Amino acid sequence: MGMTVTEKILARASGKRLVSPGDVVLANVDKVMMHDVGGPGVWTVFQELRHIIGEVNKVWDPDRVWLAEDHFVPPIDKQSAENIKILEDFARRYGIRKHFRYGVGQYGICHTLSYEEALVLPGEVYVGTDSHTNTTGVVGAFATGLGHTDVAYVLVHGKTWFRVPETLLFRVDGELPPYSTAKDLSLAIISDIGTDGANYKAMQFSGPAIRAMDIDERATLTNMSTEAGAKNAIIEPDERLLQYLRSRTDSPLTPVYGDEDAEFSEVYDLDAKTVEPLVAKPYSPGNVSSARELSDVEVDRVYVGSCTGGKITDLRMAASILKGRRVRVRTEVVPATHRTYMQALREGLIEIFLEAGALVGAPTCGLCFGGHMGVLRKDEVCISTTNRNFRGRMGDRESKTYLASPLTAAATAITGKITDPRDLKG
Amino acid sequence: MEGVLRGRVHKYGDNVDTDSIIPGRFLKEMDPKRLAEHAMEGIDPNFVMKVKQGDFIVAGKNFGCGSSREHAPIALKYAGIRAVLAKSFARIFYRNAVDGGFLIPIEIDDNIYERLSDGDEIEVDVSEGTIRNITKGEVYKMRPIPELVMKIIRAGGIFMFKQE
Ligand code: SF4
Repeated sequence: MGMTVTEKILARASGKRLVSPGDVVLANVDKVMMHDVGGPGVWTVFQELRHIIGEVNKVWDPDRVWLAEDHFVPPIDKQSAENIKILEDFARRYGIRKHFRYGVGQYGICHTLSYEEALVLPGEVYVGTDSHTNTTGVVGAFATGLGHTDVAYVLVHGKTWFRVPETLLFRVDGELPPYSTAKDLSLAIISDIGTDGANYKAMQFSGPAIRAMDIDERATLTNMSTEAGAKNAIIEPDERLLQYLRSRTDSPLTPVYGDEDAEFSEVYDLDAKTVEPLVAKPYSPGNVSSARELSDVEVDRVYVGSCTGGKITDLRMAASILKGRRVRVRTEVVPATHRTYMQALREGLIEIFLEAGALVGAPTCGLCFGGHMGVLRKDEVCISTTNRNFRGRMGDRESKTYLASPLTAAATAITGKITDPRDLKG
Repeated sequence: MEGVLRGRVHKYGDNVDTDSIIPGRFLKEMDPKRLAEHAMEGIDPNFVMKVKQGDFIVAGKNFGCGSSREHAPIALKYAGIRAVLAKSFARIFYRNAVDGGFLIPIEIDDNIYERLSDGDEIEVDVSEGTIRNITKGEVYKMRPIPELVMKIIRAGGIFMFKQE
């Protein structure tokens, strides 16, 4: 019996010839990421370990660890400034050189960095202190989020346990119509299978519609898999991905592919042609309507940013709508990384945003998780290119977030009401 | 973490997410007691006033969905919760609860969820796999806890757990 790509990676990492869904394996980990929320948590665990296993004097392999300052940057208060310091101390103490520091050259949101900087490669096992670590499955790696105790364990031992997940295969045929995006496809899938539809499972995406997408768009799919509860999401490497990575790293690439006779616990055959602009209503990413059905909903704020919707492709989409128009409601654009920001600047996108009257912020998670940078007040309504709209996610419990693609969010910025980008006039 | 646990039920529905258990703005906080002051604030602002040491949360599907924040099981533990009984758990929450040695995640069937009411006094015996509803005079079976998970729970967390 054949194995899926996820099973093959886990088999290799655990030194087994064959693994099946449900097996519990002890897998060697290739790469680990900590950010400024997870890192201080890991640090606290290390302090407590002194009483249990003694001082942690080294991590198993500092070259396999990288750090990102992305959540509470710029620091919003003394506590978050301390947390940045903890990350610095951590890097120094354990000799971690890949540290993406806010305002020091390249930096940005961890998940976007993970592939933009080719920090994780095909076939690797990658864990991070963040639930959207799934995103990095876009490079054909097994990528999953862990809490800080689990990451601390990996840092000491270089391995951890996984239950081998069943794989759900999403085969997407056809081509997305103009104005429909990977975000809309994601929302369609989540509304279909539910926010726990992939709990404990792997989501694999394949088919012509996926191959036609650029890496950023694919990363929207793997990113949003977390909102269906997936353990990991994965797309098998193709030439486009390998070229993307080769232009960013000299490391040899050793892609892993699933067997032809691999068994999937479920196969979903989808047609990209049927995907239209969608919006997830409060308070669940699974609460989906078409954008047109919501054309009466007035919004106060538009947010284009995050690891889901602040990548260069997302900014290009938003700019294509905002070009030559004026925003009617407060609109914030936050590039996901420094590299994204520079690219947007070179392409003239930043100027388009500013001319449209929008505001452009520095790369940070910021508003996406309601941490800072303009949290929502009571009853405030926001349309956002982010991935979650749980109650209170972006601010007050009584605020409301609608999730949409960058095209729909930008079209809404022009009219002040939720707008299907196909219906924008002028 | 073993032995018989006894306390009252605080009951919630499906999809209690991590932003409900501990809102994102508190994630810079590392002090467990201060996290506990905001436990369940996103869904039930009165929770910390009602909860007593040793109480239980009973919930529907997908408890703890959302972010990887370990602050969520920590906040619940320091608020007094020892175990969460739910129809299902989101995977990271489940793992954090076990590997950090914070909480015992117990899976229950739909009909047990229906029988457990807010405020019921219950006794949970993890080794036996039973839930005794003292208020209603009933006994239920929990779904078995996987062997590896049980070993980590017994050890008190992943770092205390020794591979054989
Ligand atoms: S941008 Fe949002 S979803 Fe992405 S890592 Fe940051 S807080 Fe999480």
